[in-house]
Amino acid sequence: MATSVFALEPLWLALLLQALAAVLLFLIGALVVGYLEHKVLAHMQDRLGPMEAIWHGIGQLPADGLKFLQKEDIIPTAADRWVFALAPAVAVVPGVVIIAVLPFGPGLWLTDLDAGIFFALAASGVTVLGTLMAGWSSANKFSLMGGLRGAAQLISYELPLVLAAAAIVIQAGTLSLPGIVEAQHGFTLFGVPMIYGVPHIIGLGLFFVAALAELSRPPFDMPIADSELIAGHMTEYTGMRYAFFMLSEYAGMVILSALATVLFLGGWYPWPGVGLPEGAAGMVLGFVITFAKILVLSAIMVWLRATFPRMREDQLQRLSWSVLIPLGLLNVVLVATAKVWF
Amino acid sequence: MAAVYPLTFAALLFSVGVYGLLSRRHAVLVLMSIELMLAAVTVNLVTFWAIAGDALLTGQVFALFVMAIGAAEIGVGLAIIMLIYRNRASVNIDDADLMRY
Amino acid sequence: MSVPEIVMLATGVVGGAAALLVVTSRNVVHSALYLVVTLLAVAGVFLVLGAEFVAWAQVLVYVGAVVVLLLFGLMLTRAPIGPTGQANELGRALPLAVALAVFVGLVALIATSFGGETIELEHVTPAALGEVLYVAWALPFMTLGFLLTLALIGAVVIARREEGEGPLPEPDPDEPEAAEASPPDSSSWPQRQPEPAPDEREVSA
Repeated sequence: MATSVFALEPLWLALLLQALAAVLLFLIGALVVGYLEHKVLAHMQDRLGPMEAIWHGIGQLPADGLKFLQKEDIIPTAADRWVFALAPAVAVVPGVVIIAVLPFGPGLWLTDLDAGIFFALAASGVTVLGTLMAGWSSANKFSLMGGLRGAAQLISYELPLVLAAAAIVIQAGTLSLPGIVEAQHGFTLFGVPMIYGVPHIIGLGLFFVAALAELSRPPFDMPIADSELIAGHMTEYTGMRYAFFMLSEYAGMVILSALATVLFLGGWYPWPGVGLPEGAAGMVLGFVITFAKILVLSAIMVWLRATFPRMREDQLQRLSWSVLIPLGLLNVVLVATAKVWF
Repeated sequence: MAAVYPLTFAALLFSVGVYGLLSRRHAVLVLMSIELMLAAVTVNLVTFWAIAGDALLTGQVFALFVMAIGAAEIGVGLAIIMLIYRNRASVNIDDADLMRY
Repeated sequence: MSVPEIVMLATGVVGGAAALLVVTSRNVVHSALYLVVTLLAVAGVFLVLGAEFVAWAQVLVYVGAVVVLLLFGLMLTRAPIGPTGQANELGRALPLAVALAVFVGLVALIATSFGGETIELEHVTPAALGEVLYVAWALPFMTLGFLLTLALIGAVVIARREEGEGPLPEPDPDEPEAAEASPPDSSSWPQRQPEPAPDEREVSA
């Protein structure tokens, strides 16, 4: 297995570069997916979307960021100041940390943890703390309701997400994300090289639905249902702190799409069994392929947003506890049985 | 590395947990104090495994078991607290005295 | 002093300070947030000791689930912004004395038994832990599964509303105070709330 391109000496330089690269990837990923959402959603609704900023509105999100910077940073009088101020940071940090273990190409990862997928899922569970902190500290009923809904939703949809990933871990026999990609590269279904997404179609579906709910994306956007709760836990936020919440949502789309790419769609290989050229060319090609897969999955998330109406809170909970979790357990049993048999 | 560092940390967590358990009256805070004590226990288990260098990784495995049981305890404990709150409009453990007299 | 010792000392100091704040903070939600810091510090200690999988499990189970559940419980029982009730009927001196005695006793024990002991740091991969867990510890592991299932069922049975109990207790015409003191709806939540008067707490005694 290739080692990371960031494995250089001395250690502090490598660490600094890694931290910088993680933040940069986080920002770029979030901006690209944000732009994708603006444009794809607009075209699906027969609009043009942003057109003015540079070419076809490509500078719209950086311009929005500049605008957010100029806004007054308002903290409500009744709010709990420290918790209110810290909540956006708590929402953003897990995303940056997870980026560090995601493989974006052969050798293009910041660190290869032995327990990579486990770590990524553990860290993604921390995001909900930011939602709860924001909801409680705003001293606003809508915020609190949004925070509570968000927490309930994240707890119930983390289980199907972990179960779907566990089935792939059983199949690949490793928790390391680059390890899963390599295992998938050598996977054959009845002699035909195949991505895990085909035999694990249940797992893929579970993972995708649970990921949508984890991100509070429509049709699972009960925590920020704008017609009922204004903006949920983000209601009282302005300026950069609000922008942090938006960034963490878009970066979450990138992260969960990247995880789905690694687990189900063959990672940086165009197809299992089809190799990449050695050296820098392979790295660039691998990065392009990974990013293309991420963008396709993100576009599907946007497509679902444009298509489905919002679910009701009780429907959302029932879907998780009485459909997705039993299905996830069944999936793990099936995969384990198949793994032992074949 | 000297073994006293993690062991002292665990002792500190445990005694802080004892203080919280005995002095606070908010039922959820009592649960939190119990979590602190359980965390101290897991630190001790892992440290003793690291000292002994056991091939069966007993300390780590038991730390995982303690974690699972702690999570189960929180689930049941919070359910009881919600029930008391629903019936008494209070989460004060001094108020839950129906079985006392 | 080696690098692991410095990291261990730093996480220990941060975690210990946060633990003290958990039990002394006047605001229960702040306590829960300090608990997050303590539990992360405990995960850091596991990492230094080489128990990588246990560390991530600590983050997943405690920070991702247990503390979120605790916060959820706090908010469902109307945790106001601002200070809330403090010590219980035991007061503060007795618990402090007990806790100090426990701490001094434990430290004395550690100093006499493990004073000169050193740890050879080794890294255990999740694969090695998994092999031990599913072979040597398979039976206890399955028993744990049963325990968790039982706890799940138990929690659902306890927290579930009985048929006909309704979302809020029905006002009883014979006891006018009972209706007043029933759990208030969310209309005044989460603004600063006065503690309910002691006599109003006796609802269904």
